[in-house]
Order: sequence, then C-alpha cells, then structure tokens
Amino acid sequence: MTNPASAVAHPSFATRFPGAVRRLPWLVLALLAVFPLLAPTLGLEYYVGFVRRVLIVAIAATSLNFILGYGGMAALGHAGFVGVGAYAVVALVEAGVSSAWLAWGGALAVAGVAAALIGMVSLRTRGVYFIMITLAFAQMLYYLAVSLRTYGGDDGYGLYTPLAMGAWLDGAHPDVFYWVVLAIAAGVFALFSRVAHSRYGHALRGIRDNETRMVALGYPVFRLKLAGFVAAGAVAGLAGGLLASHNAFVSPGVMHWTQSALLLVMVILGGLGRRWGAPLGVALWLTLEEVLKMHTDYWHWPLGVLLLLVVFHAPQGLAALLERRGGQGGAA
Amino acid sequence: MDAIFVFEQLLNGLGYGLMLFLIAAGLTLVFGIMDTMNLAHGSLYMAGAYVAARVHEASGSFAGAVLAAVLVTVAVAAVLELLVVRHLYRRDHLVQVLATFGIILIADDAVKAIWGVAPLMASTPAALAGPVQLFEGLPYPAYRLLLIGAGLLVALGLYLLVNNTRVGMLVRAGASNRQMAEFMGVRVGAVFSFVFALGAGLAALAGALMAPISSVQVGMGEAILIPALVVIVIGGIGSVRGAFVAALLVGLVDTAGRAFLPPALRAVLPPSVAADLGPALAGIAMYVLMAAVLTLKPAGLFPARA
Repeated sequence: MTNPASAVAHPSFATRFPGAVRRLPWLVLALLAVFPLLAPTLGLEYYVGFVRRVLIVAIAATSLNFILGYGGMAALGHAGFVGVGAYAVVALVEAGVSSAWLAWGGALAVAGVAAALIGMVSLRTRGVYFIMITLAFAQMLYYLAVSLRTYGGDDGYGLYTPLAMGAWLDGAHPDVFYWVVLAIAAGVFALFSRVAHSRYGHALRGIRDNETRMVALGYPVFRLKLAGFVAAGAVAGLAGGLLASHNAFVSPGVMHWTQSALLLVMVILGGLGRRWGAPLGVALWLTLEEVLKMHTDYWHWPLGVLLLLVVFHAPQGLAALLERRGGQGGAA
Repeated sequence: MDAIFVFEQLLNGLGYGLMLFLIAAGLTLVFGIMDTMNLAHGSLYMAGAYVAARVHEASGSFAGAVLAAVLVTVAVAAVLELLVVRHLYRRDHLVQVLATFGIILIADDAVKAIWGVAPLMASTPAALAGPVQLFEGLPYPAYRLLLIGAGLLVALGLYLLVNNTRVGMLVRAGASNRQMAEFMGVRVGAVFSFVFALGAGLAALAGALMAPISSVQVGMGEAILIPALVVIVIGGIGSVRGAFVAALLVGLVDTAGRAFLPPALRAVLPPSVAADLGPALAGIAMYVLMAAVLTLKPAGLFPARA
C-alpha cells in the first residue's frame, strides 16, 4: 500500500474544511439516530433493517481494522469469530436463556476465549503463514458448525422468539433494537478509536512497522499482539451475536472463508488503519450490493471491478479522502 | 472394514491428491516466483470444468473437450495476466488478495451469464463409464483410474520440465532467489508469464477431469482453492516437489478422514455424539495436518527459499 502520490497531490476536502470534518461524525450519528423516526414519512421503512445490518457488520469490520490496520495482523479468518458469537447465542437460547444481554455477552465472551486460543497458536507465525493459519482455524470452526446437528447443521438454526432486552426497552418502540445496535456500534467505534491513539495503540503500530525493534526495546510484543487479537475477536463475536438477533437465523454460511475475505475487502476499501475506514467501507459495499441487486441478477461483477479500481487508483482507501494529510497514521 | 475397502479408499485419496497437485502446482509456482497470492486460481479451475462439460456435451469427444478447456483457460489467463495480475507483482499480499478476490466476483458472474445459475451435469466418457476389475473383489471405476494415470503423467512431465530443461532452470532460479536471478539476466517477468499460463493450463486440466465426478457449478473454484492453499503451505511455498508430496498427503488424509473416522467414532462413542463429531473431524483433518506441519516446520516440508 505504498502509493502516497495520489493522497498528497491534491489538497483534500479535509484540509480545506477542517471544522466540517470534525463535526461530521456527530451529524452522521444524529442522522442515524433519528432515521427510524423519519423513515415512515419518507417511505423508507425497509431501510431501517438495512442500516441496522450495516451497523452490525461495521462493528465486526472495525475490530478487524484495529488488528490489521494498526497491528499489521492480516487475519483471513475474522468471520470465524463472528460465527462463534452467532452460535454462542444459538447455544444459549437452546439452553433456555432469553435475555438478549446475557446472550450477546455470552457471544462476546466465547468469541474472546476462541480468539485467545487461536491467537496463541497463530501469532507465532508471520506474513502469509499467518494469513493461512487464521484461515485454517476459521475453516475448522466452519466445519464444526456444519456438523452440529443439534444447532441445525448445514440448514442453519432459526431463532423464532426475539430475545428480551429488558421490560422498559421491549415495549417502547419497534425500533429499539436499531437504537441498541447504534449505541453499541458507536461505543465500539469510540473505544477502538481511543485505544488506537493510546500508549497501547502506539506500541501496536510500532510492532506493525518494526517488530524486531519493539522486541529490542523491551516491549512484550507477543502479549500486546495477543491482547489486540483477543479484543478484536471478542468484538467480532458480539457482532455475530447481534447478527443472529438481526436475522433471527444463524447458519454456517456466516463463517465461510469468503465472508472473512469480504470483511478484509470492506476494511481495505474503506481505508486500512484509518479511523473512518471500516464503517465507510462497509456502508459503501453493502449499499452498492443492495442497489445493484435491485437492478440486476449479475450484481457481483461491478463490485469486482470496483475492487480493481480501488487497488489501482485509490490504494489508500476511501477514508483517505476525508482525513487531514499526515493526520491519522498511514496505511500499513 | 476389510483390506479391499482400505485399498479402494487409498486409490480415491491418490486420485483426489493428484488433482489437488495439478491445481496447487500453478499456485505455488506463481507464489514462489513472483510472491503473488492469486485467489482467482480457483476460477481458472472452474473455467476449465465449464468449458470441458459444454464442449463434451456438444461434440461428444472427451479428449477434445479437455483440450478445448485447457486452450480456452490459458487464453483467458493470458489476458488476465496482462490486464491485472502483472500489475500486482510488487504490491503487498493484502492488495493481491483484494484484487484477485475482485476477479473471483467478476469470474463467477461471467460464468453465470454465459452458462446460467444451475449446476451442469458433466457426463463420464462412455468408454470409461464402467468399472475395471482390479483384482478379485475390487471393481474400480475406470474413469478414476484415468484420473490417477493422468495426474501421475502430468506430475512426471512437470518434474522433468522443472528439473531437466532450461525453462525449468530459470523457473527454479526465480523461485529460489528472484533478485539474484534478475541480476544474472533472467527475464523473470517473461518466465512468470509462462508459469502463470502453465499453472492456468494445469488448473483447467484438473477442472476438466474433475467435472464428471464433482458438481460443475458457480463457486466450485472457491471451494477447491482452500485445499490447494493448504497444500502449498504444507509443501513449502514455491516448491513443486513439496506441493506433490503435500497434495498426496492432503488427498489421503482427507479421504481417509471421511471414510474411516465416522465408523471409528461410532465404535467408541454414543451414536448421537459420533454422528455429530465424525463429519466435523473429517472436515478439519487436513487443517489439523497443516497446523501440525507448521508447528514442526514453520516454512513447510520443502521450503523453496533457504
């Protein structure tokens, strides 16, 4: 990802209007918050569910952007953790749990444990071997899910009754789940954003740029990477738990390797290691998918062409256009 | 579980392993020489399967269908290399993953547009449709014997090409130390174009041969890609010999896992647990193999680069 020429040649939008860029996130958040209230008058009710899905996928992508963009860990198995979270919810529901908070918390915890175990093995390798071994573990989880006949196996598992979010939340408004997802997404986003610029985040970037030097400086490199990997895996699991509630259905398809590749694609498309990269990439990709699906059966190829265009003409991703030059650390 | 059943499964594993080798050989050479991760390699396999299935149906000639599959796929690969892959050599692995994933999306839609969404039925050539009596009590499908024979023949040809020809020498030079090879005057770019086309031809051959015994459908390239990647990682990236040994290992482990694990588990575990666990363990057997090999030899069995 070394083609700074395109980013430096023109003064970006961000350089010319720094104030607007600072206020933009709050404006977007406010718009997203009132969207379900405005949707019926605009005739856009259907899209409330769509935006909810974008937010959930953005949670998973944000966690991947954290370890990949700031930590340099190119995990090609991130959808595996999403799947672990989704199946944790299934297992808890099957065991009689009806509280959404317990189920989602369980998803977060179980995925975190899975990430700790997988990370301890995977993080001993580097580069292409790390890509491959994370992929291998995700495939193992995929086959495990396919074979779990108690939870639907290949056919998937339907969650027929929605999980309870607590008395005062459930009865209030049909879009409460949307706001809950929005709040969680905003929280996750703010948290990773904050951590990325903390002492820990700087150490992680140091490891990404020169691991040997960080070892020489006395940083516990392995433990720092593992901590990031576990946090990202746990949050991806939370996204999986939310996705299970969103779809009211879970199938092994959520952790197929192409889903992991898609998460990578969305993050890189948005801007690797850039604060707004993950949500931008997810929003653009899913919106295009939705729009193209309405017009043609052949909706994959324009997305493929878009990927090639990004690779050759905008290697820094979309977020580069929004950020001040030299602001957030460059892409890996 | 008698000796004949075991022998039959060994043959099945050998056949699957040899087909994996045809796919993995191109993948590992491209990776080894140009350090380029090509996720779209499976799409070339798919192209071979589709072209072979349709040409066979239209012309009735299986040999002609295989030849057409290889030629068409090599032509497609040449265009692909010229337009896209050539510009990815010096970029990092993630960018290569991104771009070649884009090619997968385009290829899948192109196949849907040309041949439709429904899976194709590829027929076994009439002359090879029956079984061959290998020995008393073991009739084995003639077509699967052809797969094994063709796989071994191509492996031998590739071995001779890489080890005993000038082109092969350049390929090995490029794989073991690209910079040094360039300093010594090897036109690594041209060697790579040749290797990419060769790999595409092998993938198409595998696709054409597998078509009658697997389902010819959109997405088959993505399904075969992962075992092929597992093979090149186990074998050592860039090593044809490693890919051969690893492909046979993976083929045998995968087939044996599917054939022997479920009955073995049924013998020692309660039926409901065994029914769940058997397929899961069979499915992950090759990944366990990969994790084990990487733990003992982090660069694979036969690393091409010292």
